[in-house]
Amino acid sequence: MEAGKNYLVGVFEDPDVILNATKSVRKEGVKVHEVFSPHAIHGIDDALGYKMSRLPIVSFLLGFTGTTLALFTITWMLGYDWPMIIGGKNFVSLPPFIPVTFEFTVLLAAHGMVLTFFVVSDLKPWGKPKRFDMRCTDDKYIMAIDLGENHKNKNEISKLLSETGASEVNEKNFE
Amino acid sequence: MQVSSPIREPLIHGGKTLHDVSEDICRQVEAKPSTSWMIGFVIALAGLSIGAISVGLLLWDGIGVWGLNKTVGWAWDITNFVWWVGIGHAGTLISAVLLLFRQKWRMSINRAAEAMTIFAVICAAMFPALHMGRLWLGFYWALPLPNTFGSLWVNFNSPLLWDVFAISTYFSVSLVFWYVGLIPDFATIRDRATNKISKAIYGGLAMGWVGGAKHWSRYESISLILAGLATPLVLSVHTIVSMDFATSIIPGWHTTIFPPYFVSGAIFSGFAMVLTLMLITRRVFHLENYVTIQHIELMNIIIIVTGSIVGIAYITEFFIAWYSGVPGEQYAFINRATGPYWWAYATMMTANVISPQLFWIKKIRTSIVSTFILSIIVNIGMWFERFVIIVTSLHRDYLPSSWAMFYPTKHDVGVFLFSLGFFFTAYLLFSKYFPVINMAEVKSILKSDGEKK
Repeated sequence: MEAGKNYLVGVFEDPDVILNATKSVRKEGVKVHEVFSPHAIHGIDDALGYKMSRLPIVSFLLGFTGTTLALFTITWMLGYDWPMIIGGKNFVSLPPFIPVTFEFTVLLAAHGMVLTFFVVSDLKPWGKPKRFDMRCTDDKYIMAIDLGENHKNKNEISKLLSETGASEVNEKNFE
Repeated sequence: MQVSSPIREPLIHGGKTLHDVSEDICRQVEAKPSTSWMIGFVIALAGLSIGAISVGLLLWDGIGVWGLNKTVGWAWDITNFVWWVGIGHAGTLISAVLLLFRQKWRMSINRAAEAMTIFAVICAAMFPALHMGRLWLGFYWALPLPNTFGSLWVNFNSPLLWDVFAISTYFSVSLVFWYVGLIPDFATIRDRATNKISKAIYGGLAMGWVGGAKHWSRYESISLILAGLATPLVLSVHTIVSMDFATSIIPGWHTTIFPPYFVSGAIFSGFAMVLTLMLITRRVFHLENYVTIQHIELMNIIIIVTGSIVGIAYITEFFIAWYSGVPGEQYAFINRATGPYWWAYATMMTANVISPQLFWIKKIRTSIVSTFILSIIVNIGMWFERFVIIVTSLHRDYLPSSWAMFYPTKHDVGVFLFSLGFFFTAYLLFSKYFPVINMAEVKSILKSDGEKK
């Protein structure tokens, strides 16, 4: 069977049940495509074997860029490009440059991180993602298993899902 | 579905299931606007339109239409600016600071409070922009862009420029924080939508969110980092606003107490505005099970704390003026309390120092009527605080021959009305077309903090 076409969709009613189900299904050697839920489930990323997001690192690097860029630019503008005497103070004095530097750091760190999040998660206004069950944004917890990626057959996986607490097991085919 | 905890009061009442949450919050987005909403909207729009006349005249004739004079060069404009920025602070405090402290009660109020922040900051930014007179040149004056105006770059030593960066960063980061939180809820509305237009609009806003675990994991991680960035940001914003005054050498402004004093004042007035708005929203949209008396009481406790800090700041300021031995400073404070603007000082003292202390009485802080009245009194008091600090310090300056009084003209009132009209118009549109409560977050606490059916 080809990957990305035929899926088995387990519908669960409770976040704790799907969390345990994810663990036991994966223990049986079944590859889970993704779990969908109306809210974040604590521990589901570990259960699915996902690594911690690296977005905080992106944020730090961009923040650091912001700090450096702001300090460099302000110093160049007021110190070298067009020095101005303001209240007889030094052309380049660090303390009054800090507020703008701080704000610019936060600006780049926050926006850069969110834009990266949109790009790596493929979130875009015209996005048309695969839908396995429309109720997953309301009150159902959904586990999608790609039959093309698994060695076990449909009936075995279906049985496994029911045993671990799925209230429904549906088949979903994409052309 | 729900389990009860023997120790804590549940945060959400009424034995709600996940589906009930979607129903209760989406109902008002999907239904036709109610009569009370329409009446509110017409009033807000009327305020905005009447105010727009003043704004038009201000731009056409210049800022001479305001009551400013040579001595009092800053009055209602900067008062309104500081007042609105301060109101904005509560939204970030609820969504960011309470997230870092893992306070789950924030979840029913953070969405509306953040919306309030965004609209309040727009209202605030209006005033310095309008005070520039020719606002279309504002970009050149306020941002470090290459230009041919003489002194080539903006002055990075000036707190007014720090304000430009602080307010614009604060506004845009709050907007993004709010929007990221809205995405899962837009997806819920999209999946419920029955007609093509709302499916397309909410679908676009939801950006193809389907609630995958990988996305949720990233979402949680960026929410935490955004909260961590927004917390020092919100404190920096009002600190910088206070430095507009504190770095000058005007008696009554030149004090080191200003940053913490302004920040707590901001949170104080912001929570009062959140309460004013939430009490109405709760009533109009029947959200009594989501915004409970417990939420109201907790917000009132924050009002007691910040209100007391503000009270202590007032007294400290007065004491230090006497203790400094500087005649100018001493006169500025005596003039504040007993001079021609004594009534403004008395209003500020009563509304900001005495009224929040009433919340020590449990009956008052758990009553909706008294909370609503006091929340409005606090905001009137906080407006007068800024007026007192600004106008009374300026109107009797170093040269007695130039002493003057400030009298607002109808256009001072008009531009303020414009900002109020904008704020309520925007909030009403938000509350009708966006989910007023963060459904995804509330759903996550139903099981642990809900109650048994």
